[in-house]
Amino acid sequence: MTALTLPRAAPRRHTVLPGFGLTMGFTLFYLSMVVLLPLVALIVRPWELGWDGFIKAVSEPAVYASLRLSFLTALIAAAVNAVFGLLLAWILVRYRFPGRRLLDAAIDLPFALPTAVAGIAFATLYSPRSGWLGQPLKETFDLIVAFTPSGIVIALVFIGLPFVVRSVQPVLEDLDRDQEDAAATLGARSWQTFLRVIMPALLPAWFTGFALAFARAVGEYGSVIFIAGNRPLYSEIAPLKIIQKLESYDYAGASAIGVTMLGASFLILLAINLAQRWVARR
Amino acid sequence: MTASLIARAAFRTALVLIGVAFVTLVVLLPLATVFEEAFRKGWSYFAEAVSEPDAVASIRLTLIVAAIAVPLNVIFGVAAAWAIAKFEFRGKGVLIALIDLPFSVSPVVSGLIYVLLYGAHGWFGPELQAMGVKVIFSVVGIVLATVFVTFPFVARELIPLMQEQGTQEEEAAITLGASGWRTFFSVTLPNIKWGLLYGVLLCNARAMGEFGAVSVVSGHIRGQTNTMPLHVEILYNDYDIAGAFAVASLLAGLALVTLIAKLGLEWRYGGELAAARKH
Repeated sequence: MTALTLPRAAPRRHTVLPGFGLTMGFTLFYLSMVVLLPLVALIVRPWELGWDGFIKAVSEPAVYASLRLSFLTALIAAAVNAVFGLLLAWILVRYRFPGRRLLDAAIDLPFALPTAVAGIAFATLYSPRSGWLGQPLKETFDLIVAFTPSGIVIALVFIGLPFVVRSVQPVLEDLDRDQEDAAATLGARSWQTFLRVIMPALLPAWFTGFALAFARAVGEYGSVIFIAGNRPLYSEIAPLKIIQKLESYDYAGASAIGVTMLGASFLILLAINLAQRWVARR
Repeated sequence: MTASLIARAAFRTALVLIGVAFVTLVVLLPLATVFEEAFRKGWSYFAEAVSEPDAVASIRLTLIVAAIAVPLNVIFGVAAAWAIAKFEFRGKGVLIALIDLPFSVSPVVSGLIYVLLYGAHGWFGPELQAMGVKVIFSVVGIVLATVFVTFPFVARELIPLMQEQGTQEEEAAITLGASGWRTFFSVTLPNIKWGLLYGVLLCNARAMGEFGAVSVVSGHIRGQTNTMPLHVEILYNDYDIAGAFAVASLLAGLALVTLIAKLGLEWRYGGELAAARKH
């Protein structure tokens, strides 16, 4: 198994503590059984179709459309969260206002609330016939959110909200205020201080939050599936395509979509990581 | 001068209002919807929806699955944190990255990988079938998928915490003649108990609320392989909206309790926990 190729060198520094063999052995065994072996099965499976079969499986119009939809909606949602997450982190750290602690606590709700619960809540809230928000939107602006890609984006914004806030918040808290004071003393306007002094310090954390929110949103299922409407070529997300393939016992086709999702998010995260390093070096 | 001060205050107020409006729209309104819909048809309908046999079976299954998955990941998390935090070895970074891996896998893919191993056309499926063992479409599969999605929670809470604390106290205990287990239970465990509880809370919330992964491996057999989130889906798709939200409100209640307990821990033991989360 893959785990056996992991370096298992004995502790370099001499220590009297016991239990390295036992805990390390158990960790590698459990990791292999629960995570690595199943993921190897995923990566190996699609190739029984051959390279051509793999390409055919993921370029089938409905599958390709679902992958495109999942990645696009995830990018838009992560971008929305990048903007509002930064704003929320800023007001939570820098301003004092009534209800601040409650607001801070509410940010974590998407982590704790089961996705299916969020999913039916959004579908109900934005229902054009009876929803608190859906009905007025339909009647005043003739806008329908539920069962369209914009509904998917809203659910994904919910799912990704904590990531940007919780990435930026601690960095902002630790930020040295002296530099800002210095900038102000030297005559910088507050927006100049923000752009030239504060933002560069926040950028790496901001990127990280964006990347985490995006990664989470690409594969999201429970909160999306109820509001998406799931119309082929229009609002079917990639995870739903996997489930459909599985239901027709097309394991290889399902794995091909899964591998493509993993591969594409890996590449995007790698790109973000490189961009982050590039920014950090400047 | 005063004009600029007023402009500044207005700017601040505007930012706060935008933030509050955004969180209300994205987080608080959906939460309010859950409880509003759950009690729309009155208390008696709510009580009936959460006490009918299929609902009770789903609650039982959810509790059973969490009661298996959470302790397994606690044992793993403690073992992994001990090996990683107390010893130096090559490949540590790789190991930590691998432990975090399940966080970046789609819930549906998390279910799919177990179907590929144990499903009817999976690697070990036919052999298991010949032996009469059923993993997919049974409780075993649900537990496996839940273990996968909750895999990193305890470990990633404990690793930085134990790294921060170092090895001196344990080394002293061992030098004074305590056994390894004794050292762990009377020196290490008291030091990490709040971090551990924190990890358990988050792990449990995810275990009880997981939907996508469980949905793939469950088979949706009413009264047998339906967890609470799956039961919510079935009721919702049957147009029993009030019933679906009744069961959903129990899960939302769990989420609120988890958040409050988490806040309590952060408030009471914030210093100890913050050290861990800075990494």
